[in-house]
Amino acid sequence: MHPVTTVHYLALSAALLLIGTVGVLTRRNIVIILMSIELILNAVNINLIAFSHALQNVNGQVFAIFVIVDAVAEAAVGLGILIALFRNKETVQADEIDLLKW
Amino acid sequence: MLIDTFLFYIFALLVLGGAVLTITRRSAMHAAISLIVSLLGVAGLYLMQQAEFLFAVQIVLYVGGVMLLFLFVIMLVNLDEAAKLRQFNKQWTIGIAAVALVAAQVAFFIFKGKDSFHFAAPIAPNTPAGLGNTEQIANSLFSEYLLPFELASLLLLVAVVGSVVMAKKRI
Repeated sequence: MHPVTTVHYLALSAALLLIGTVGVLTRRNIVIILMSIELILNAVNINLIAFSHALQNVNGQVFAIFVIVDAVAEAAVGLGILIALFRNKETVQADEIDLLKW
Repeated sequence: MLIDTFLFYIFALLVLGGAVLTITRRSAMHAAISLIVSLLGVAGLYLMQQAEFLFAVQIVLYVGGVMLLFLFVIMLVNLDEAAKLRQFNKQWTIGIAAVALVAAQVAFFIFKGKDSFHFAAPIAPNTPAGLGNTEQIANSLFSEYLLPFELASLLLLVAVVGSVVMAKKRI
């Protein structure tokens, strides 16, 4: 078995990012779209930590903390919007919310 | 070294398996539980790279905080009818094609190797021996990144107020 290098982590992070993007682009349920966004942000964090470890520089981990803060804020506001939306339109399907459609 | 490789592949399997289940499950509750598995795998990867503080933050904040919020909303919003409907939208072919294009680009850069990563300036290591991981992060966060840190607190305040206003029945 080969030893694990930074490239392994980058490949894993790329795979996770792509899975998350597929989720955002193809799913209809808004809750699962929000979960896919969490996957994407986690992929970014894996990348930052991998480089932080490879370069022995702790600033990457500080950046990862800021990414986590953003993810938490996004989840809180996103789920708040979802509750308001469900109260008004009784749907959680992303393609049924088409008020601005021509 | 062998146990390192072994653990990496176990965590990678958790991360990717959980992620695939998250985006394919019909029930939002099952998707949330798969996402918890995936996030725990990511936490394990942090621990393998000596990011102990982030390992703790990942478990406490993500698995304990964000996923709790998700589960709370899934139970609050009635998703039983949504689970019976079509799960993927009509543009899924275009979506997959766009993702395949991005995948080709990312794979190209990863296989090209170190040459494709261009750093603006050589980066000096700033992890002095004798200091713990949490201490190093604190030193960096409270000196070099103090302003972004304060701005992040402002962002969280706005997010708290915003989510309360959004979820409130009558303002």
